[in-house]
Amino acid sequence: MREINLEKISYELALRANINLRGDCVRLIDKAYKSEKSTLPKQALRIILENSVIAIEKKIPICQDTGLPLVFIEIPEGVKWERKYIDKINRGISKAYKEAGLRASTVHPFGGKTSFNPDIIHLEFSRRKTLSITVFPKGFGSENKSRLKMFNPTVSKDEISDFIVTSVRDAGPSACPPFFVGIGIGGTSDYALLLAKKALLERVDKPNSDKPLRLWERNLLKRINSTGIGPMGFGGSYTALSVKIRMHPTHIAGLPVGVNISCHALRSASFKVKADNVKVI
Amino acid sequence: MKKTVKLKTPLVNRIIKSLRAGDEVKLSGVIYTARDRAHKKLAGLLTANKTLPLDIKNAVIYYCGPTFCKGKLGSCGPTTASRMDNFLKPLAKAGLRATIGKGKRSYAVREIIKKHRGVYFVTYAGCAAYLSNFIKSYKAAAFPELGPEAIYEFNVVDFPLIVGIDAYGEDIYSDI
Repeated sequence: MREINLEKISYELALRANINLRGDCVRLIDKAYKSEKSTLPKQALRIILENSVIAIEKKIPICQDTGLPLVFIEIPEGVKWERKYIDKINRGISKAYKEAGLRASTVHPFGGKTSFNPDIIHLEFSRRKTLSITVFPKGFGSENKSRLKMFNPTVSKDEISDFIVTSVRDAGPSACPPFFVGIGIGGTSDYALLLAKKALLERVDKPNSDKPLRLWERNLLKRINSTGIGPMGFGGSYTALSVKIRMHPTHIAGLPVGVNISCHALRSASFKVKADNVKVI
Repeated sequence: MKKTVKLKTPLVNRIIKSLRAGDEVKLSGVIYTARDRAHKKLAGLLTANKTLPLDIKNAVIYYCGPTFCKGKLGSCGPTTASRMDNFLKPLAKAGLRATIGKGKRSYAVREIIKKHRGVYFVTYAGCAAYLSNFIKSYKAAAFPELGPEAIYEFNVVDFPLIVGIDAYGEDIYSDI
C-alpha cells in the first residue's frame, strides 16, 4: 500500500510550477528563439530563456505574479475522496507560497488583506486508472484578456477563427506574448471557458491527435503570428507558440467559444499515480 | 536610428528630451514600485491636497508588485501599465517624470506624457527573475499595509528598458 501525502505533494507542485518553467514551453520558446530573425524580438526570447534558468538558480518564481494557484484533480475508480483532502491540498499550497515567498495575490474583490490561495478546485471523477493532481498558478496579465462568445449554432468555422484571432490581437503586448492559447468550444458559457483553461494543461508542443482540430490549430497559429505583435509586442514572427482546442457537446440552440490566454510563462505541475494499491492521506 | 543609452536618475528635462520611442536604455539610480491600490492612495492624497509619502518630483515609478523571501528581494517584473492610465494625470502634474511597465497605453496617456515632457518605458514582461539581477538594494517606502502592493524604493544598476512612449508622444505600440 503506497501512501499519497496530499499536503506534501501539493507543496512540491506549487513550488515546481512557479519556479521551473514547463519543459514543453521551454522547447517551443527555444525553437522560436533559434528561428527568429529580427533583433529586438530575438533578444526578448533570449531573455525569456535566460529568465527560466535564473529562476531555478536563485529558487525564485519565474514571474512575480505567482497567480491564483488553481487546482485540477482527477479521481479514478476505487479512490475514496473527502472534503478534508482538499483542505490538505490547500494547506500544502499555502505553505509553499508562504515559505518560498511567492506573492500573496489573492484578495477580496473590494480589497483587504491579501492571502495565498483562493480555494479554486476543479474535481473530476475520471474513468482513467490514474489519480492526477495539478497545480496551475494563473497570472492575471493574461487571464484579464479571457473572452467568451455565444455564437449561433449555424456559425462557420471561419467566423469562430476571426473571433479567436481578434481576441488574441486585443490581448496585445500587456498579456506577455508570445502566448499559449487555449480554446474551448461547446458546453455552456462557463464550461467553454473551463475547457479553454484545461487545454493549456495539455502538452503544448504536441500536435493534436484529432486531424481536423490539428489543422485548425495550425491555421489559427499562423493567423495569430501574422499579426506581428511578437514577444513583448516588439514585432517578429512569434505572437503565439501554440494553440490548443478542446471540444464538448453543446445545445442545439448555441455554440459557446471560450478563449483563455496564457503568457509565455505558462506554469503548471502535475502529480500522477496509478490508483491501485494507494492510500490517500 | 534607435540607440542604446545609459542613464542615471533623476531624469531631468535634457535627458528626457533626448529619448525616442524604441531606444534601449540601461537605467541606474532610484525607482519606486507602485501598482493599482498604491496609485489609488496616491491620487487620493493629491486630491485632498495632502503631502505624498515620497518625493514625486522627477521620480520614476515602476508598476511592479515584487516577491520577497526571508527579507530578500525575489522576482520583480512589470505589471500591465494600462491599469494605471487613469492615475497618471494627477501624478504627472505633481512632477512624476517616468513610468515603467508592460503593454500598450491609452491615447490620453500619450497626450499627458507629451504635455508634461515625460516618458513611458517598457521592460521585459514575465522575466521577473532576470530583472531581479539589476536591483542592488531595496527599502520599504510607503503604505506597508498594502502588503505586496506597498511602495518600495529600488536601487537599480543598468536596469534594461525600451522607450515605449517618448516626450513627443511617439508610441512603439501605435500600430498594434
